Amino acid sequence: MEGKVLELASLRGVRKQYGKVVALDGVDLSIAPGQVLALLGANGAGKSTAIALLLGLVRPDAGQALLSGQSPQQLAARRNIGVMLQSAGIADNSKVRELLELTRSYYPQPRSIDDCVALAGLDGLLGRQYGKLSGGQQRRVQFALALCGNPRLLFLDEPTTGMDIEARQALWRAIGQLSAQGCAVLLTTHYLEEAEALADRVVVLARGRVVAAGSMDEVRRHVAQRRIRCLSALDAAGIAAWPQVRSARRDAARLEIVTDAAEDVVRRLLAEDGALSELEVQRAGLAEAFLEITRDDADVASADEREAA
Amino acid sequence: MNTIANVASPAPPSSLRIYLLEARHEFVRMLRTPSFALPVLLFPALFYTLFGLVLNRADGGMAARYLLATYGVFGIMGAGMFGFGVVVAMERERGFLAYKRALPMPPGAYLFAKMAMAMLFSMLISALLAVLAGALGGVSLAPWQWLSLLAINVAGVAPFCAMGLFVGTLVGGQGAPAVLNLLYLPMAFLSGLWLPLKMLPPVFAAMAPAWPPYHLSQLALRVVKMDGGGSMAVHVAVLVAVTALFFALARRRLQRTG
Repeated sequence: MEGKVLELASLRGVRKQYGKVVALDGVDLSIAPGQVLALLGANGAGKSTAIALLLGLVRPDAGQALLSGQSPQQLAARRNIGVMLQSAGIADNSKVRELLELTRSYYPQPRSIDDCVALAGLDGLLGRQYGKLSGGQQRRVQFALALCGNPRLLFLDEPTTGMDIEARQALWRAIGQLSAQGCAVLLTTHYLEEAEALADRVVVLARGRVVAAGSMDEVRRHVAQRRIRCLSALDAAGIAAWPQVRSARRDAARLEIVTDAAEDVVRRLLAEDGALSELEVQRAGLAEAFLEITRDDADVASADEREAA
Repeated sequence: MNTIANVASPAPPSSLRIYLLEARHEFVRMLRTPSFALPVLLFPALFYTLFGLVLNRADGGMAARYLLATYGVFGIMGAGMFGFGVVVAMERERGFLAYKRALPMPPGAYLFAKMAMAMLFSMLISALLAVLAGALGGVSLAPWQWLSLLAINVAGVAPFCAMGLFVGTLVGGQGAPAVLNLLYLPMAFLSGLWLPLKMLPPVFAAMAPAWPPYHLSQLALRVVKMDGGGSMAVHVAVLVAVTALFFALARRRLQRTG
């Protein structure tokens, strides 16, 4: 096939079921060199299953999971990746240097220990036992173990869970640095601002399906809605009935309107209320976009269930 | 389909080095947490001192010789079953096993490290018992006999590692010690490791070939010329089969559950 994008990792039409629960239902996903892809979704949406399939921890019921065109079960395929899972379960009585040395030994061209220390911020921690580190320090060690093999693709599963803001931003900087060096990243996260800060592509999963995929802007545009705030005496219930207004509510003197056509609504607001003041219009952030996408999907699903009932 | 990026791959890392590092790591961790190691090492020696040396002095050293062989088997059973069973159950429960499987670690390195530890424990247990038997029990054996007992104990730990591993894939870290003790202690008794089968009702001797430790103890007892006279080849074959069976079961279980 001509013009095919080079892929470091991909899921192709993957289906995975645990007992009666369908975790993934025909998911396609791919990540190219140098890309930072954020995989978003509520708990139970299928993110962890997608990661487990790509790491070769489980096998798909149908479809294919590939790493560099090979099965993730192949050792050679996994030598291209670094992994940071939600819980690594690393033994408390291992020293940080030992963990780094051991993990580096799995890779053909690992980073030097000094580089790992610098990138992950492990100064002064090499001689310490893992169990005696703080939660944030342990996450940094896990990050160092993920990057120590000099991988072309990093899997970061909820990397900043449990970190304070400073630690989180330090990790973001480190991820940015790796990405600038050409390392691709597949990131799952609960923090939407994390995806906005790091990712150039987003895939949103809901109920085991991809409900949105594209660049950060595309996904945001997917939801055209904007939020209008103003001080006005107009009746909120009346505005809610206007065309293309999704919702309108009053909070003391302030009106808050969510709409798909901000310009039309603003024009009409100004026409109907000459005293209107403090007008603000905001584009939805990823949080709103994400909520919107998954809510629509949930609505459809519950409508299906009602029909089926 | 030559469309995938096939960057000229550098030489793969040395497997031997990974295996050795993994084993060394396991070893230093064990030194740092002696609460697991000490009971496994000292219990067989303690029991042997009590039942083989202190309580059975009147029989001309028969007990000291018999129990040298069988407590060796008893000791290495514990090292194999608990070293694999409890540790694997805990590491699986904590997500460590999944993490290791996601890394490009050769799968054999994990098992090798644990097996090397179990064999090291077997060596130490055998050496402790030998010192006690020789110095305090008046047991006198030819050099080949001492070495044979050591070799039987070190190689014989494999089936118990396999059984422990299988249990570790079935139950969690909390439940594993209880389940393992339920297997360990009755099997030890029923195989004649604490009392010769001749001293028990005949039904016990008839059932004994069903228990793996019986076969290993027969090999050890042959060395001290106190075995039941069965075929050594059959004993070895049973032990090899038990090892293969439980490793295969554990492997299947790990592949399915992740």
